[in-house]
Amino acid sequence: MTQGESATPLAKVRGLGSAHHGGGHWLEERFTSVALLLLSLWLFFSLLMLPNFELATLKEWLGSAWGAIPMALLIVTAFKHGIDGLKVVVDDYVHDEGNRIALHYLLTMAAIAGASVALFALARIVFAPVAA
Amino acid sequence: MNSTAERPLSPHLTIWKWGPGMTVSILHRITGGALTVAGLAVLAWWLIAIAGGDAAYGEFAKLATSPAGMIVLAGLTWAFWQHLFSGLRHLVLDTGSGYELKVNRFWAIMTLVGSLTATAVTWYVLMGVGK
Repeated sequence: MTQGESATPLAKVRGLGSAHHGGGHWLEERFTSVALLLLSLWLFFSLLMLPNFELATLKEWLGSAWGAIPMALLIVTAFKHGIDGLKVVVDDYVHDEGNRIALHYLLTMAAIAGASVALFALARIVFAPVAA
Repeated sequence: MNSTAERPLSPHLTIWKWGPGMTVSILHRITGGALTVAGLAVLAWWLIAIAGGDAAYGEFAKLATSPAGMIVLAGLTWAFWQHLFSGLRHLVLDTGSGYELKVNRFWAIMTLVGSLTATAVTWYVLMGVGK
């Protein structure tokens, strides 16, 4: 891929770097990190403020909008951020392009599967019929 | 890139005196990996157990409060705080500040102090709630 004198500075650097793509992934990782900072501290303080860890207490908390909505956001953001981080590790240590693409694919599938399972469990808690 | 080319490499991994910045850097990666693999697995399992009802939740609670379970959870708590603090440090470093040798070293050490303190406080409070 040769580029003439006319290429803009941006066009010249596109595709460079160990990941072979631009700063989008890097920036996304920062955005999700800030969101996770808030969401994980929310989870942490919510757990500490619960009167106990009995099943009924947890169900009531996670079944409410104040529990379920941040938890859903936390699940999606945490899986996204976690898998973005693991992809960077793969980029750093796996040099064969085929293996790298395969691992990225597997990690993405694992993250989607994991997040789906967690969201489904949360949905079951939220939409569970109220026990008599 | 090209392994056949006999190009000289600087001895980048062998000539450095190990310092706090390097420790925190590799810990950020290790704790991030642990939180993604083990932390998210525990989170998903915990939600599944709550959704599953008394028997499933009882099984989870029994394992989580067993000695082995507590060690894993305490480890994840420390990994969470360490990754949070070193992550905050990275966000500051991303802005281009904090690279002066003494400042960099100080905040690297502070992430370790902070994570250990926060882990101790977390478990102190947690034992109060759990009982």
